[in-house]
Amino acid sequence: MPLDAQTTATIAERLESAELHARRITQITDGHSDMSWDDAYAIQDALRARKEARSHKTVGFKCGLISPVEMKKMGVTGPCFGFLSDYMNCAEGSDIDCSRLIQPKAQAQICIVTKAPLRGPGCHVGAVMAAIDLVIPGVEIIDSRYCDSRCDFQGLIADNISAARFVIGGRPRNADELDLRTLGVVMEKNGKIAALAAGAAVLGHPAIAVAMLANHLGARGQELAAGSFVMTGGVTEATEVRAGDHVTARFQDLGSVNVRLV
Amino acid sequence: MNTSMIEHYGDELYAALLNRQPVEPLTRREPGITLDDAYQIQLRMIRRRLDAGETVIGKKIGITSQAVMDMLGVDQPDFGHLLSGMVFNEGEPVDTAKLIAPRAEAEVAFVLARDLCGPGITAADVLRATDCVMPCFEIVDSRIKDWKIKIQDTVADNASCGVLTLGCTQRSPRELDLALAGMVLEKNGEVISTSCGASVQGSPVNAVAWLANTLGRLGIALKAGEVILSGSQSPLVPVVPGDSLYCHVGGLGSTLVRFI
Repeated sequence: MPLDAQTTATIAERLESAELHARRITQITDGHSDMSWDDAYAIQDALRARKEARSHKTVGFKCGLISPVEMKKMGVTGPCFGFLSDYMNCAEGSDIDCSRLIQPKAQAQICIVTKAPLRGPGCHVGAVMAAIDLVIPGVEIIDSRYCDSRCDFQGLIADNISAARFVIGGRPRNADELDLRTLGVVMEKNGKIAALAAGAAVLGHPAIAVAMLANHLGARGQELAAGSFVMTGGVTEATEVRAGDHVTARFQDLGSVNVRLV
Repeated sequence: MNTSMIEHYGDELYAALLNRQPVEPLTRREPGITLDDAYQIQLRMIRRRLDAGETVIGKKIGITSQAVMDMLGVDQPDFGHLLSGMVFNEGEPVDTAKLIAPRAEAEVAFVLARDLCGPGITAADVLRATDCVMPCFEIVDSRIKDWKIKIQDTVADNASCGVLTLGCTQRSPRELDLALAGMVLEKNGEVISTSCGASVQGSPVNAVAWLANTLGRLGIALKAGEVILSGSQSPLVPVVPGDSLYCHVGGLGSTLVRFI
């Protein structure tokens, strides 16, 4: 049975309050063991509506669970999706305040901006490549609001895939100037290599994540509008960060992105 | 270790290679064995192969990633010799029955246009002396039983080198950022690892400079035309007959290897 509107709203309020007060909460699926994916996305939608009601513009989407290892850990076969709000975007060079976060982790992201709408079902890599206006490198700071690290797919979706902060920068390029599959990425923390990857770590090709996002939206009667910003998913493993850390992600042909945590 | 012991162990490893019968770790039998002893044993084993008709075609650099250095408790890479009998071309299947416990590593190979003789070799010297870089696989193998190796064991065993396959594509290193060139490794059609050049000493170029400087101190130069395997950018992948591996390097191209 789907969650009723009241319960959905209550859980969204609880999750957002945890985020805004940087306070951990217990898993929202506790006591709702039969929660479905649709229920979880309904909670995420309610979370988004709360932010938009406070005039926080939704500025993009993010993809999560894009590696086979993570999917296996969660017992699922596909990725999941979240949204990005304007206040999550931090300018490169600005300080990210860790006291507003709970247990932040950094991961490198290959991001895209579209120039044409994408509408699923049936959206494929070719359509995505044709619709990419530019590719831009980024670093995402994720921050799970849960106090245990239990693998819980519904909880992850409801918590907006741990979205917290993101920084973009580097040297944007047209998609046809890049091979997104073999694009190398190095993430360094305080000058030491923390993670290494290539674009194929994202579902085999970052454009596949965008196609699956368009198909996910299509199944819900929505499209990925022209001008959409999409973080295709953590191409590197997430590494724990805290105040005083400095993260640099370097991307083949895309320059680098710097993040300072205070 | 005296000369006769060096020759004994070098000959033993050479026999192990020919018969495909691995031996007990040297470090277990000779607890006092030094790294210098181990390189002397390697040279003896190589001497035996040269006497049997092979030629030196280059060098390999091993233990280039922080993870493997930590595992073996060392703070720098090691090296081995590449011989004419080790080379496979792309498309030629590698017969696992001729190896003991093969594992594949995806790497970038350097082909030198000029000699490089350390000390004092920098990354800039390496780039200037390099004719081209190529994607490649090194199939490592251990003549030490069950890969129970310490640093001295693998060094004595020619840095665990088995065979190598070179791809059919090449580029000048001036056209690439080798530190950031991504690498995607697929086994039987599934992506099993993604990485990039920075996994090797910050850049494969640094690994080659390290080798030139290390050999320079021993009075040995890297020669024009030599192939230098710069170190693995992937985890070690155990392989069995029927496996095929595909490696793509961003901006460089791809290569494949098939095992029978």
